[in-house]
Amino acid sequence: MSRGTTREAPQPRPPGERSDRPAGPPEPDESWRGVAAEDQDEVDHQVGARLQARSRRLLRSLLRPHTGGALLALLLVVAENVAQLTGPLLIAAAIDVGVPAALAGRPAPLTWHVGGYVGCGLAGAALRFAFLRLSGRIGQDVLLELRRRVFAHAQRLSLSFHESYTSGRMISRLTSDLSALDDLLEMGLDGLLSSALTVAGVAVLLVWLDPPLGLAVLATFVPLLLLARWFRRRSRSTYRRTRTTVARVIVQFTETMNGVRAVQAFRRERRNESIMDDLSADYRAAQQNSLLLVARFTASVRLVGNLTMVVVLAVGAWRVAHGQLELGLLAAFLLYLRKLYDPLDELAMVANAYSAAVAALEKISGVLEETPSVPEPAHPVPLPDPRGELRFSGVEFRYGEQGPLVLPPLDLHVPAGQTVALVGATGAGKSTLAKLVARFYDPIAGAVTLDGVDLRSVSDADLRRAVVMVTQESFLFEGTVADNIALGRPDASRAEIEEAATAVGAHEFVSALPDGYDTDVRKRGGRLSAGQRQLVAFARAFLAGPRVLVLDEATSSLDLPSERAVQAAMERVLADRTALIIAHRLSTVLVADRVLVMADGRIVEDGPPADLVAGRGRFARLHRAWLDSLAPTTS
Amino acid sequence: MATRPDRGARRAQRSTLAVLRRLGPYLRPIRGALALAIVAALAANLAGLSIPLVLQRVLDGPVAQRDLGALPPLLLAILALGVAEAGLFWLRRRVLSRPITGLEQRMRADLYRHLQGLPVAFHDRWQSGQLLSRATGDLATVRRFMNFSVVFLLANTFVLVAGLLLLLWLSPALAAVQAVAVLPLVALVSVYENRYRVVARQCQDQEGDLATTVEESVLGVRVLRAFGRGPHLTRRFVGQARELRWRELRRVRLLAVLWTICVVLPELVIAGQLALGGYAVAQGAMTVGTLVAAITATSYLEWPIQSLGWMLAEANNAAAACERIWEVFDAPLSIADPERPRALAPPTRGHLRFEGVRFAHPGADGDLLRGVDLEVRPGETVALVGATGCGKTALTALVPRLHDVTGGRVLVDGVDVRELPVAELRRVVGTAFEDPVLFSASVRENVKLGVPEATDEQVWAALRVAHAAEFVAALPWGLSTRIGEQGLSLSGGQRQRLALARAVLGRPAVLVLDDPLSALDVHTEAEVEAALRQVLRDATALVVAHRPSTVRLADRVALLSGGRVVAVGTHEELSGTCREYRALMSTVDGRVDGHVDGKADGRTAGQRPDSTGNDAGEVTTR
Repeated sequence: MSRGTTREAPQPRPPGERSDRPAGPPEPDESWRGVAAEDQDEVDHQVGARLQARSRRLLRSLLRPHTGGALLALLLVVAENVAQLTGPLLIAAAIDVGVPAALAGRPAPLTWHVGGYVGCGLAGAALRFAFLRLSGRIGQDVLLELRRRVFAHAQRLSLSFHESYTSGRMISRLTSDLSALDDLLEMGLDGLLSSALTVAGVAVLLVWLDPPLGLAVLATFVPLLLLARWFRRRSRSTYRRTRTTVARVIVQFTETMNGVRAVQAFRRERRNESIMDDLSADYRAAQQNSLLLVARFTASVRLVGNLTMVVVLAVGAWRVAHGQLELGLLAAFLLYLRKLYDPLDELAMVANAYSAAVAALEKISGVLEETPSVPEPAHPVPLPDPRGELRFSGVEFRYGEQGPLVLPPLDLHVPAGQTVALVGATGAGKSTLAKLVARFYDPIAGAVTLDGVDLRSVSDADLRRAVVMVTQESFLFEGTVADNIALGRPDASRAEIEEAATAVGAHEFVSALPDGYDTDVRKRGGRLSAGQRQLVAFARAFLAGPRVLVLDEATSSLDLPSERAVQAAMERVLADRTALIIAHRLSTVLVADRVLVMADGRIVEDGPPADLVAGRGRFARLHRAWLDSLAPTTS
Repeated sequence: MATRPDRGARRAQRSTLAVLRRLGPYLRPIRGALALAIVAALAANLAGLSIPLVLQRVLDGPVAQRDLGALPPLLLAILALGVAEAGLFWLRRRVLSRPITGLEQRMRADLYRHLQGLPVAFHDRWQSGQLLSRATGDLATVRRFMNFSVVFLLANTFVLVAGLLLLLWLSPALAAVQAVAVLPLVALVSVYENRYRVVARQCQDQEGDLATTVEESVLGVRVLRAFGRGPHLTRRFVGQARELRWRELRRVRLLAVLWTICVVLPELVIAGQLALGGYAVAQGAMTVGTLVAAITATSYLEWPIQSLGWMLAEANNAAAACERIWEVFDAPLSIADPERPRALAPPTRGHLRFEGVRFAHPGADGDLLRGVDLEVRPGETVALVGATGCGKTALTALVPRLHDVTGGRVLVDGVDVRELPVAELRRVVGTAFEDPVLFSASVRENVKLGVPEATDEQVWAALRVAHAAEFVAALPWGLSTRIGEQGLSLSGGQRQRLALARAVLGRPAVLVLDDPLSALDVHTEAEVEAALRQVLRDATALVVAHRPSTVRLADRVALLSGGRVVAVGTHEELSGTCREYRALMSTVDGRVDGHVDGKADGRTAGQRPDSTGNDAGEVTTR
């Protein structure tokens, strides 16, 4: 499945290179990566605007259900500001009225003013408390919703998407990109609401105090908006770069940790370190750029504010001198001007968090807008009691859009209950055939039917009940052995789980584990051997009890007694079920009802194993080669 | 359930400061920049505070007196202060941008290096998501703390102290009110801080769990698809995300309490000062001017006090994140170079010997290997045979020290492997695993792995040995083609051949091959076998085998059962004398010779497992 585009083949590393880390800054030599399709992370500028619109749309849709809550939060902020602004007035009154009264021997007014001040302070604090909790809840609800959406959507997307998108990038979408939004929500609502409120309030106040000066101050919003636009443009690409580089760090990190045995056994640690240094340096450079950008932006905002103040003072002083303005008014104006620019800093920080979140949401919304290429049918045909009859009619298939045709038009009928073995060299199309039956992909022409129903019309739940595929990679999930077997049928009882394990011959080793079925399998089943993991995977499949079982090299790591146990279980449990088996061992193939020999996507031989062995075709040759391989044991 | 080392199970009651103090070595190189940033923050503060003073002067002076001639110098002074403030704003961020990102980078590099050095047993126990969340989220928390909170924590403390001194100078009594209020603040905050750190830690752990589920959902997507369990895992994920939301809300609640206390206390101080000062003024013990000045000074201290609560919360976030990171650093590099490493006498002969080797997985009840004695003489090939899960893979992992023995010893050329430098040992021992791990890199890189000095000719030679040269040459960019997850996907057989090429590159004296032919089809297997035979002639080899065809590569066969080597001999000898061996090596119908004719065998297979099960039972009960 080459997604190959043309890129100049990189020069091989000089052979004499040392594994030690270089003393100077590492040369960004990326040739180790090898050549493949260009990273999809790089976007050109026209696409950029569309991406931004997309991520803003996502943000809006996430916030819409919380409109009511946000309004309430706004109300709380307004009330809090009122309470806070009342405080200084009370102090002034206390000094102007209360103290003289106290001097005159009447302490009551002072007491009232102090009491009022305390009341205002407490009310402000209570309102702040309520606001923090409310905005925290809104933020967490939005995050939860986004997590749920992305995760569930990723699970709906087809395998072909996952294969081209790759796990590391998906992981960074669901972890670090989501955190960027977390930052915005944590500080954003607070900063945005209270600062915007203050700015608006003060602006109105300024215009009211002195319209000419006030309008002059409002005119400075023009350079501020220009600054904001400049910042948005620059930060867009900067934060995009941050997301891309951190994703690369995550990819390298997860690959290393998941392959740590190979890393250690082949002494790749130093090499990995220098690779990580390069990736980490890229990430750091991107981060540093964003920090510098923020530094320039916030300082410029402050500079505009301070320059405005000087201008207002000069003009104000001139007007006061010419009797056009009251001195007290100018003093108040200047004090409020300061209050106008303080929250602008805060708004600049919100703008920054917003830019970072939008860059992350661009990537996330990209995943969300991906439509499953193997979609759920809109009107599923129910399959209440499947028999397991499979039919390929004129099925064609290729991986990707431009890939070579892997299956030319293929016709095949497998009656219900038949065990079919697929044989052929690597790339002959066996796995593709199996994956089409499991509907990992849809054919580009023709149809695969189960009991006469096109697989595209069967609901996923029905299909998975009817068809189960066991692959060579027997992935174990976090949890106990029992949890992992129960993945085949989550509502199964413990007795049923043990029965399935016994059927495939796994009961013995599971019972011998420290906590039996309740033993934690540890990361990816690290404590189990590959053979044991395959047995657990088999137990899963048997517990699921599908009408059609597809096995893709599923017994490769089993020893012979285990393989025999699995085969025996298959004979017993799946005697009346349909099975499609891809195996490299002829011993497995020979127990099938029917053998299909494939070459270049075509079925070149088809018949019961005994007939094919007796013939002169490829299978007969294969069988002879196999007998030869066993020959010395009989001598 | 087994204990989870990656969750904060054993929570040490160390203070926030003690946890953060371990950042020392990372802070030392950037202390100059940090100091400069703090100075810049203070100077900006000073400039910001001076502006209103000069403003006052302007308004009271030239403006009030309608004397515009005196205005320009004062305007220039304000302009200079305004520009200075903005410039210092910029300087504070500018001066930290490089050192702080560098700090994160260095911490990540150290974490990565440490993790790579930690034994496989560690990696088996720790969820990968927990490691990932430390390397990304937690480090970002530390970075943010250093970049912002540390600077203001120190700068604001300075302002606070200066303000208190000023107050003391103005009026000791009013300063006492302030000080009295600060004391309960400190007490309250410290109580809440501890609780806050616990909750912050829980949030971070929960995020790690979420990352683990994310990783599994992505890496195990084929299995989930095959069983239609996507919705199942989605439910689990949403459950965990809900839990995270719940914990985050608890954190928010604590933060809100903390924040509220920090907001309300300064207000109470002002009210107290107002009451006390008003009384004092009424008594004639204080002037109104002093009271106003004191209240103004106190209101300047409002923000430093309020921000202190927030910053301390950030400090605790960072401390919890650091704690999680230190936990990884504290995991011992138990498989490391010995203090006085010995060298192998050249030329390496590759004499491999197991002496009374015992091995147990950490935390397991009993030993998996219970005294294995086995000798593989130089140049000899020994096949290791045994039932699934009997410890074959564990035994092979002991040779390159992916695990260490828990008893007995493994010798190469008479030297205990634990006495050799690890890199040297792993150079001498070539390994191939059951599941070949391919990295997202070029074919060349995947074969060379840790041997960057290997030439392309050597890579091709290794590929030829593994019969992989042909398909690699046919790849679109040959050796430079990217394979692995982000590149071209290869079949199981192709992957296994690359893993073999990897193992034989550099012609190691000892080869440890774990079922190297399992995923090969009959044709390819014969080819690889032929090539392997050639390689094995020159090297000492221990080969785990499940099939008679693999066994035939070996000079002798060792049968592992019940944690011991119970029989050693040639294939023919064992086939003749050992029932257990026969059971392991027999094909479908239970006979060692592979004559198969169709369906009849399949039917008898149904009865066989029981009898082999008994055989195995006999051995293990001994």
